Amino acid sequence: MSLSRKIAFVDLTTGKIETKPISKELRRKFLGGRGLDMYLLYKHTKPGVDPLGPDNVALISAGLLVGTLASASSRTHVGGKSPLTGYVGSANVGGFFGPEMRLAGFDHLVIRGKAEKPVYLYLHDDEIEIRDAEHLWGTDTRDVQDLIRQELADDDIQSLCIGQAGENLVKYACIRTSIKNAAGRTGIGAIWGSKNLKAVAAKGMRDIGIAQPKEALAYNKEIINQVTSAKVSKTMQKLGTPFIWGVTNSTGLVRTRNFQLNQLVNADDIEPESIEEDLVGTAGCFACQVHCRGKYFIKEGPYKGTYDEGPEYTSQGAFGAEVGCTSKNTVLVCNHLVNYYGMDNLETGSMISWAMELFEKGILTLEDTGGLDLTWGNDETVIELVHKIAKREGIGDILADSPLEAAARIGKDSERYLVHVKGMSNLHSDERPTPALALNIAVSSRGSDHLRGRPAIDLYHLPEKVLRQIYSNPIPYDGPLTSDYRDYEGKPWQVMWQEHLYSTVDCLGICKYHTVFLGPNMPAYEEWANLIRLNTGLELTPEEIYRAGERGYTLERLFNIREGMTREDDKLVDRYHDEPTPLGLPVVRGRFIDRDKFKIMVDEYYAHHEWDENGVPTREKLEALSLNTLDKSGSEPSNLV
Amino acid sequence: MEKVLVVDAHKCTGCRLCEQVCSVMHEGSVNPHRARLKIMKWEIEGEVLPMVCRQCDDPPCRDICPMGAIDKNDDTGLVQVDYDKCIGCRMCVSACPFGAMDYDVVGKKVMKCDLCGGDPQCVAFCDPAAIRFENKAKDSSNARRAAAEAARAVQSEKDR
Repeated sequence: MSLSRKIAFVDLTTGKIETKPISKELRRKFLGGRGLDMYLLYKHTKPGVDPLGPDNVALISAGLLVGTLASASSRTHVGGKSPLTGYVGSANVGGFFGPEMRLAGFDHLVIRGKAEKPVYLYLHDDEIEIRDAEHLWGTDTRDVQDLIRQELADDDIQSLCIGQAGENLVKYACIRTSIKNAAGRTGIGAIWGSKNLKAVAAKGMRDIGIAQPKEALAYNKEIINQVTSAKVSKTMQKLGTPFIWGVTNSTGLVRTRNFQLNQLVNADDIEPESIEEDLVGTAGCFACQVHCRGKYFIKEGPYKGTYDEGPEYTSQGAFGAEVGCTSKNTVLVCNHLVNYYGMDNLETGSMISWAMELFEKGILTLEDTGGLDLTWGNDETVIELVHKIAKREGIGDILADSPLEAAARIGKDSERYLVHVKGMSNLHSDERPTPALALNIAVSSRGSDHLRGRPAIDLYHLPEKVLRQIYSNPIPYDGPLTSDYRDYEGKPWQVMWQEHLYSTVDCLGICKYHTVFLGPNMPAYEEWANLIRLNTGLELTPEEIYRAGERGYTLERLFNIREGMTREDDKLVDRYHDEPTPLGLPVVRGRFIDRDKFKIMVDEYYAHHEWDENGVPTREKLEALSLNTLDKSGSEPSNLV
Repeated sequence: MEKVLVVDAHKCTGCRLCEQVCSVMHEGSVNPHRARLKIMKWEIEGEVLPMVCRQCDDPPCRDICPMGAIDKNDDTGLVQVDYDKCIGCRMCVSACPFGAMDYDVVGKKVMKCDLCGGDPQCVAFCDPAAIRFENKAKDSSNARRAAAEAARAVQSEKDR
């Protein structure tokens, strides 16, 4: 059965490998994937551990439903203590690795220590080999996967890997698999680089048992129909996430020129319909019928003829609006380069746009940039900076550090221009007109982040009745809810609810596009209870599943508090409060986040979570979540593995 | 009329849901490496091609079988294995020019597509319809129509 998959502890210093089963109790508490990763992170690191030292862990996991008949059950989670923020490091990725890791017999990997020379791991049939990777060091994220397949003479091998950016300890290097799947955020690639870990490859022949195969097959068809019949899915199948750009930029919800404007004008070339002209098709992750990844060939310049996938909405922002570029070619080339080197597109673009504002303000000069002209919209410079960051060359060496480290190196009031939360850069969405989305990024457990709690459907003006139906499931909620996205009322509940939802789906290992993220009628707790029962045989109620997601999220909070986070970190940069939006439709123009109302939102958000006024989970809450076997310091959760 | 799996590679997104449901249909478990069809990929070039059993008119797997364990059904056109006669020698595997006859190392038996008894699940689940269950003649008529439409577009452009 799928529940027999194991946790492997790999020590790269000693070469010792140990495997342990995952108890039913742990499953019921954390499900798997991200939640169980957080438990392992908390338990197997000491407070204050150096993110790039041998005592940090590199976590890899496949969620509870990965590989099973659960529609888009492809997701792998990676983690560790983040070298970018010093808090929770955690990122999610699709592709095909997760199912293959389960076929090889493993659900979780806890990798610690540091290999003397570059290595990669090969998982197959309940075994793990530590193999030499000296000849792979220095290769990009595509070649390395190909070379491993050649070396092991098996086309079916799937790999997670780092590129040159991870090797060079770029603080926001990512983990990659296939052509463009990225576990993008919080710099897990740098953790791998610090451990001399180039890749983890998997191929397995262990069946993933299905509890009720016939019923699961039929139910999976129902779920797929539910997902694919949603209008948003049909749009995603055609345009991918770039469609979001069209709507948000025309409204005026896109941060532009770092944080000076909220709309990129004259940007027809990077509109979704324009990008669609370059797409030769779309690609899907394992078993997914939404297949939102565009497939394209670069049409001009030195990369002409190169194949890549995407771009995502994030690349339009990172290499378009934020840096003031309006060229599709620049977006497609930079998208390719961050894929190739293996670094987070979002953080890369944000660091470049920050440097451009510093250049405009005279804080960075031509002398600092090695002669590079960092004027807004300079396509050549943006492309050149992506190379320089990955290689840590010249000014790129500074920009390859975390935002706060880079600001400390540059000094001169440069920190004032950073757009970040907890040391991780913001997405290119401008949340000044949307308090719910602003609260989400401010309180998110891994720093500024739209994928941990964004109530994106808040932008849809859904009737209150519909909102209540969604947000009262499975825990009743009778507080305020409003369909006006500019309002502050009821938003804290929505944010908390989404946090638990995304935490849950990351524990299950299914894609967020098959949940209430972009579509209000997507599967949720009821459907997941059925999927879990039919696929794994575990009987869990919708509320138990919700609580498991909540448990994981609460543990992330506990980890952050252990590493020094306080209420002071749940904040937005001053510009959100002090500089009203200058552009966009009348409904979003002149908007800013009111400081007092924001504080009330944070208070309410804590109260909904049952955290105290400092954002610390109350003892009662921890007991209710059975995170109650605390040690004397009050910080150690239950001790199950 | 014989119905077969007809593949349109341009529509395939490479998600391998077909491999997943095939393995569940036949083995009761998920294991894409035990599926009766396979999505071949050239990742760096962005190419995919689903490989399925062609249900050949003159199947080499049948001809080479020393036990007479493989035959072709006259009515449905299905090429099928009689496991009571099969000795697992894998001669059929080496004879198949498409790799569609495969050896299942877990179940220790040869395996091939049986069209799920007339309701192929790969087809039922493929949302982009990259794999369809159609009359043999449709394979060429689909291609002919696509080519004709392209030619017609050029023609009407010239006529304008």
